[in-house]
Amino acid sequence: MTHRHFQDELDELKTKLAEMAGLAEEAVRDAVRALLESDVAQAKLVVQRDEAIDALELDVEERSVKLLALQQPMARDLRLITTAMKVSGDLERVGDHAVNIAETVHWLVEGPLFPVVPEIEELVRLSTGMLKDCLDAFIRGDTKLAREILVRDDRVDELHENTFRILLTHMMEDPRKISAGMDLLLVSGNLERIADLATNVSEDVIYMVEGSIVKHHAEDRPA
Amino acid sequence: MTGPDAAGIEQTGPSNPPRAGATESGPTDRDTSEPRSSAGAQAPMPVAPAPAGVARGGAGGRVERGRAPVRRDPTRFDPRIGRRATFGTIFAIVCFLATMVGILVLATLLIDIFRDGWSRLTFEFLNRFPSRFPARAGVKPALAGSIWVLGLTALISFPLGVGTAIWLEEYAPDNRFTRIVETNIANLAGVPSIVYGILGLALFVRAFAIGRSVLAAALTLALLILPVIIIASQEAIKAVPNSIRLGAYALGATRWEAIRHQVLPLAMPGIMTGTILALSRAIGEAAPVIMVGALGFLAFVPSSPLDNFTVIPFQIYNWVSRPQLEFHELAAAASIVLLALLLTMNGAAIWLRNRYNRKL
Amino acid sequence: MSAIHSPEGPIELEARDLSVHYNGAPAVRSVSLRIPGRRVVAFIGPSGCGKSTLLRCFNRMNDLVPGASVTGAAIFQGQDLYGSGVDPVDVRRRIGMVFQKPNPFPKSIYDNVAFGPRINGFRGDMDELIETSLRNAALWDEVKDRLDSSALALSGGQQQRLCIARTLAVEPEVVLMDEPASALDPIATQKIEELIYELKQDYTVVIVTHNMQQAARVSDYTAFLYVGEVVEYGPTQALFTNPTEDRTEAYITGRFG
Repeated sequence: MTHRHFQDELDELKTKLAEMAGLAEEAVRDAVRALLESDVAQAKLVVQRDEAIDALELDVEERSVKLLALQQPMARDLRLITTAMKVSGDLERVGDHAVNIAETVHWLVEGPLFPVVPEIEELVRLSTGMLKDCLDAFIRGDTKLAREILVRDDRVDELHENTFRILLTHMMEDPRKISAGMDLLLVSGNLERIADLATNVSEDVIYMVEGSIVKHHAEDRPA
Repeated sequence: MTGPDAAGIEQTGPSNPPRAGATESGPTDRDTSEPRSSAGAQAPMPVAPAPAGVARGGAGGRVERGRAPVRRDPTRFDPRIGRRATFGTIFAIVCFLATMVGILVLATLLIDIFRDGWSRLTFEFLNRFPSRFPARAGVKPALAGSIWVLGLTALISFPLGVGTAIWLEEYAPDNRFTRIVETNIANLAGVPSIVYGILGLALFVRAFAIGRSVLAAALTLALLILPVIIIASQEAIKAVPNSIRLGAYALGATRWEAIRHQVLPLAMPGIMTGTILALSRAIGEAAPVIMVGALGFLAFVPSSPLDNFTVIPFQIYNWVSRPQLEFHELAAAASIVLLALLLTMNGAAIWLRNRYNRKL
Repeated sequence: MSAIHSPEGPIELEARDLSVHYNGAPAVRSVSLRIPGRRVVAFIGPSGCGKSTLLRCFNRMNDLVPGASVTGAAIFQGQDLYGSGVDPVDVRRRIGMVFQKPNPFPKSIYDNVAFGPRINGFRGDMDELIETSLRNAALWDEVKDRLDSSALALSGGQQQRLCIARTLAVEPEVVLMDEPASALDPIATQKIEELIYELKQDYTVVIVTHNMQQAARVSDYTAFLYVGEVVEYGPTQALFTNPTEDRTEAYITGRFG
């Protein structure tokens, strides 16, 4: 294979991942909207479309293994490909979390608990933003953006805690709302996990570009 | 010299450090307080003990795939660098002296000849015929004869010799017949030149009935130098890397095309060198030429291959066998002419070779 | 026992029960495989496995090795190359070969490329043929101003590309390459590999290499040979990511050889 073709293959890998991220983002947004609008049909669509995300993950994995075996990539190319494999796994799990959210719609027959709607909407906004940005950081190799995403996760964790407390209060007041409350808590949890996955991706991007391992907060560990 | 590990004894702990100069070791040595050292010197070099588990099949240790312990003990070597350098210098001097011997002998010969013959070297000398009177004697017919004979010899021997070499190297199968032929050619190179003279007389002069002519001499000399040309050409052809031939074949060349366009041009310098050397020998041969009929007293210059002739070596011989000193001086002068002829020939051949090389 | 996954598509060259013996000792044992047109096929295997010998069967260069005897058939476009009435000289024009060590003739660059066409009676614009061949060998830009200078003044990588140009000049259909890059430095090697990738648009390429990473990078199909036999033959991606035979896997992962 010529170097040109190898480069093309690497670009194709990135394209596939961007596609995956786009689908995942869309799935998260649609799932939460389905939840807030009690739209069961929309929820079903989200679950169906997860197949596409799974298929892309397999595609990325196959391409990556093929490139590793046949092209013996080094340095940045090697890190790109190994990062791509991890990112595709993370994106696939984002898709699964969106499915989890969508499935919650079935259980919430009564309307959702309005008190947390602003929090949920903020969580969605933040986590999908992080998702979009982390893929941008990956495509462009933008470590500044990646580091900034890592900071945003703190806000997400904060929001999730708030949501938890509000829901807890309401559940304690009215036991009839426990079932719905638990479901919403899980939704919030899923959104928080999605943000965590985005930070995983960002940490991997930093490794890919700089070759330094920042995951598991390696920077904070004493040398 | 054995070390503590080589005895094949299983060792589970650090072994005794090998003692410099020890010829035996192991448990037997523990009794004696001094090691039996061959050199008497006991410079204890700090050598690290062999690590445990390195012994073959060491108990519990991982066998390190046949690695043997490395000992860095300088006393095991005796480089004697000074002495070895001296030997080298002596050898170089000996080779230089050998060269000098050759050069000195050659120089002496040349000086001798020039001293004797220089005075006789005049244009008239070159343009006159031999005579009973030294003052009037000249080398003209001999010079002309030599050039004629040389020219014809080259014309005959070169194609025959190179053709044979090509056949033997490129076409002939590697069987017993070929080997017999090659052996015999090598043998022929050692046959005394006078035998060729006899052959020439019987075959060319008599059987072919071309008489005592330039042609007969040329044919005889051609036979004489043929083995040399063949062998030299063979070597030159052998020296052409086989990759060139394969490259030509791989492009769809026939065997002859590969030879003609690739092998021969590359071998040509070597072939020409060999031919020059051979012709240089031919020009100086007296014996076979005498057999074939060089005349001592020739009054004309040959004008056709079938004419009678004489050559310079014979003329030299003729003059040297006369008692008068003047004739000896003439002989020396003729030798100079012969040398000049040789030089010219060599020069022309080198020029030809360079031209060939440049065309590449 | 061997795993042969025959390629699809038009077959250019085929070996049928091809065996080669050197003075009685077998070097290639009854090999059968099919080489698809306009693709790159690589032969890999440890030293002495017969891959070069097998390659040389396809342009009858084994005829020039004393003591070599070839049995079986090598089919090229429907005709057995070892059949009666087949002239090896003609075979070698249509199936070219590039050797391990670059072997340019000690002549000018122009004459090197022109030699093949000249002896094969080329009637046409020689200058144009030379330029085309040198372009297709990725050498034109580097030598176009010095076609009359000696080929021996070129670097190793350039000499090898010159040998490729020379081979292309007789317009073969197949190009055989016997470890074409093993005598070259890494950058020159990369240029040759890129060239091979380009060549397969117009030629069928069979390459022998002892560097299996090179085979992985460059070829579409790979055959793994061991002691004169084809152990496995199939698409390169499959062979290197998930070989069928244990021996293949052992060789590829460096566990033997």
